[in-house]
Amino acid sequence: MLRALNKTGLVFFPAFDWAIDPTHPEREERLLYTQDQVTEEGVFDISGIIEYKPEIVTPQDIRRAHFCVPDEKSITTESHLISAGGAKAIANAVMNKEVKNGFALVRPPGHHSMRVSHGGRGFCHINIEAIMVEYIRSRFGLKRIAVIDTDCHHGDGTNDIFWHDPDVLFISLHQDGRTLYPGTGFTGELGGPNARCSNLNIPLPPGTSSEGYLYVIRNCVLPVLEEFKPDLIVNSAGQDNHYTDPLTNMNFCAQGYAMMTSLLKPDIAVLEGGYSIEGALPYVNLGIILAMAGIDYSGVVEPDYDPDQLRQSVSITDKIKKTTDIVNAYWKERDELRQKAGTPGNFEIRHREIFYDTDNIFERQKENVRICRDCGGCFEIDSSATTGNHILGVHIPINACKSCIEEGYRLFDQADKTKFSQIILQDRTKDIYEIKK
Amino acid sequence: MIIGIDVGGTNTDAVLLSSSGIEKKIKEATDSADLFHTILSCFKKLLDGVDLNRIQRIVISTTLTTNAIVQQDMNPVGMVISAGPGINPEFFRTGDQYYCVSGSINHRGREKAPVNEMEIEDIAQKMKTAGIEYVGVVSKFCVRNPSHEILIKRILNKHFKKVFLGHHVSGNLNFPRRIATTHLNAGVFSLHKTFFEAVKNSLTQMGLSIPIQILKADGGTMSLESSMSFPGQTVLSGPAASIMGAIPYAPKKQDAIVLDIGGTTTDIAFLVNRAPLLEPMGIQRGRYKSLIRSLQTDSKGIGGDSVVRVKDKELIIGPDRKGPAMAFGGPEPTPTDALIVLGLMPEGNIENAVKGIHQIALELNLSDTDAADKIFKKCCSIILKKTFEMIDKINSQPVYTVHEFLENYKISPRKILLLGGPAPYFAKKIEELYHIKTIAIPESSVANAIGAALARTTCEISLNADTEQGIVTAHEEDFAEPISKTYSEDDLIEAAHTLLKEKAMNSGADPDNIDDVEVVEFQKFNIVRNFTPKGKIFRTKMQLKPGLIKGFETILLHP
Repeated sequence: MLRALNKTGLVFFPAFDWAIDPTHPEREERLLYTQDQVTEEGVFDISGIIEYKPEIVTPQDIRRAHFCVPDEKSITTESHLISAGGAKAIANAVMNKEVKNGFALVRPPGHHSMRVSHGGRGFCHINIEAIMVEYIRSRFGLKRIAVIDTDCHHGDGTNDIFWHDPDVLFISLHQDGRTLYPGTGFTGELGGPNARCSNLNIPLPPGTSSEGYLYVIRNCVLPVLEEFKPDLIVNSAGQDNHYTDPLTNMNFCAQGYAMMTSLLKPDIAVLEGGYSIEGALPYVNLGIILAMAGIDYSGVVEPDYDPDQLRQSVSITDKIKKTTDIVNAYWKERDELRQKAGTPGNFEIRHREIFYDTDNIFERQKENVRICRDCGGCFEIDSSATTGNHILGVHIPINACKSCIEEGYRLFDQADKTKFSQIILQDRTKDIYEIKK
Repeated sequence: MIIGIDVGGTNTDAVLLSSSGIEKKIKEATDSADLFHTILSCFKKLLDGVDLNRIQRIVISTTLTTNAIVQQDMNPVGMVISAGPGINPEFFRTGDQYYCVSGSINHRGREKAPVNEMEIEDIAQKMKTAGIEYVGVVSKFCVRNPSHEILIKRILNKHFKKVFLGHHVSGNLNFPRRIATTHLNAGVFSLHKTFFEAVKNSLTQMGLSIPIQILKADGGTMSLESSMSFPGQTVLSGPAASIMGAIPYAPKKQDAIVLDIGGTTTDIAFLVNRAPLLEPMGIQRGRYKSLIRSLQTDSKGIGGDSVVRVKDKELIIGPDRKGPAMAFGGPEPTPTDALIVLGLMPEGNIENAVKGIHQIALELNLSDTDAADKIFKKCCSIILKKTFEMIDKINSQPVYTVHEFLENYKISPRKILLLGGPAPYFAKKIEELYHIKTIAIPESSVANAIGAALARTTCEISLNADTEQGIVTAHEEDFAEPISKTYSEDDLIEAAHTLLKEKAMNSGADPDNIDDVEVVEFQKFNIVRNFTPKGKIFRTKMQLKPGLIKGFETILLHP
């Protein structure tokens, strides 16, 4: 009889009644054929695979990861809340040890959503993985978490949310930002001064095939994970590296995805992008599910799969090796890089401009972070957007040291109410979110 | 007048109903070695002195196929399986004669690899050599496109007595269950056919020639003729009969629990506004999973004859049965003995009952009466605990749309209907312990036969329209028609309605009892390629709900 080697939890929430707009890639039909394939294969009947109902996240859940402007309700729909709730349901199942691992097949996705969210960017409104990670840290007290983003687009939202966090290792594998949205995620982007190298970006050249992806996993991601020793591994499992994806230019396949999953052994996988809804998703999702459950996936092959056509060129292989070497070199020097990054107690300022392609919003940010060797450092973000909203968000990290907590409260208290539409304190040490009256 | 017969594992119950109520009721021991004899004997007794012209309807529920599965007394079946990409089909092997062949259809119903006809011819020879007479053919996604199954059948037809096709089993997706269900239909076919032809002939000889209806696991009936293609649907019709028998006593617009408390087990089911809940996919019992439409019932190992024992000072009841209660000559104390000790049940040998309960009382350091009371309460609480667990499970079934998530219906029963021998004794106790209105239904000992007698015909159809491919299909019904780009959801619903009524009439439905139609599922999707709309997909499932035939509900209601 067919039995899962690992007890695996699944949340399947295709949101069949929600779309950004009727012809948008992020629309009702996106997971339809996946559902058909998974149902026809009898996946939910396999002994050891347990289907969970998604939950719905609360404003409190969102407020651990985001400053939503003007508020949570205005920039989300129920679908976003249930999608994030799907990830939360899987987190509960895994953390309560009901299952060994779990996969949330949910939509809409979230990994382009940054800490400050004024609306939709890259089809994302709130960051479903980040909300889940912060929930796990607050609810279950886990300290070190690794998020491996294998979506074809740079996971710039997750990258931003954990930019200053030395306890969350974020690694993104993606198509080179010079050739694809959002245009970021180069090797030199390593995280803030207090968290150098806890963000690793691995841009891959167009045309990368299974060989290239698995090379990076074996020669960079796994060794780094080995040294980071996370308490939990999360995979943002985007499926748009597939050779049939209409939005990207990569040559990954269902077998490759399944193998990558077996190598990474994520505790939790969360679906991100992937828009080849007929040719890729049904097979890739099935492959990932079987790999997580420890069931033979060798038969999961796209009907038109031809490995010879998808083989990557020697020059691509060389480029990937070089990129891997660069990233590995940074990782080896992480301690020195952190020591060199500024003087403790000082503040470092960063200016940024962010465009929300989905909702056509332009945002300017000024971020001010306290250099700290003992924690991720408190910081404030001054954010104004073309929507007319202008906020100041003060963040105190969950493992903050005493000085950063005090400094955070000082920033919040001294902020001038006349200058901002909202002044918000996000104190993760006490799990509070306070709007200045 | 209507005849309902439920051949159970231990007893066979039969009733003759008229517009004024129960005319006759019979309970006989089932002769499991000769079910035919049991059924005939019931008919003879029921019809004795009755004007045969007044019999309008006959419904039979049997354990014939259930027994065949349990005793592994099925025909050897050859299975030809076409899987394509996905999980290795070897996992679903049904026996020696199981052949995985080339060919593949994808989720949209498009052919991705052709059938190899030579390969099929080869396999036909192998199966013939092995003495196979019945064959099942199942291809993955055949409910989207059955052409491979049909082609393979054409090659096999001349070699075998009957070939069963996967896409006829159900409109639901689930390849492993479709394999199991097709195998079951093929495996019990000759047994079912021989048996019911014998019943029909005997009835004709007695002068009764009206069509026979067979009860299905979903609490509905089908004609004898249509049962020949799907004999597997008669599996577990017994529990369904009992649940149908409880419907007249269920509250309208509220949810109710039905508990059939037997000797060995208690069956649990639910009624929502007097309609039984159905399994979302099909019957499942332990490892066995099928696409057979079925009422949602679960059988738990606790009943009047469950063994009562004390382990580490803990009172344990069931899940095993070692025989009848000690009061009726059994070897171990049981909840029935406790009822007798408490003076609730005026039957059996009270001295033996006391003897049994006394052992338990000693171990628990209680008086006999206190021990008996404790056993009775514990028995009720185990049954109710299992029931509430099942409710939680049903209420946490996943949903796939935002709308369903927000509007999600949760069952919350307001009434418990008890069936089975000890039901009257349990009703009062359960109501006292749980404060839910609880009744033992009248004539509870033959409620199953009444349920069978009054069950109406049920059926379900699944209809898919794909305007990009320009086709609307219900392959289960061998229905496919071309459609235009402008085909709408109203067109789909109308077509589904027509097909459903046709199917019901073909299954022997009475035209007065085919209006309780329900749209079980409706989905629509835009098909978009390269950012331009290319068409729409509409999908619907429509059913004739399980329920009772009109005009007979009121005759059963006692004041």
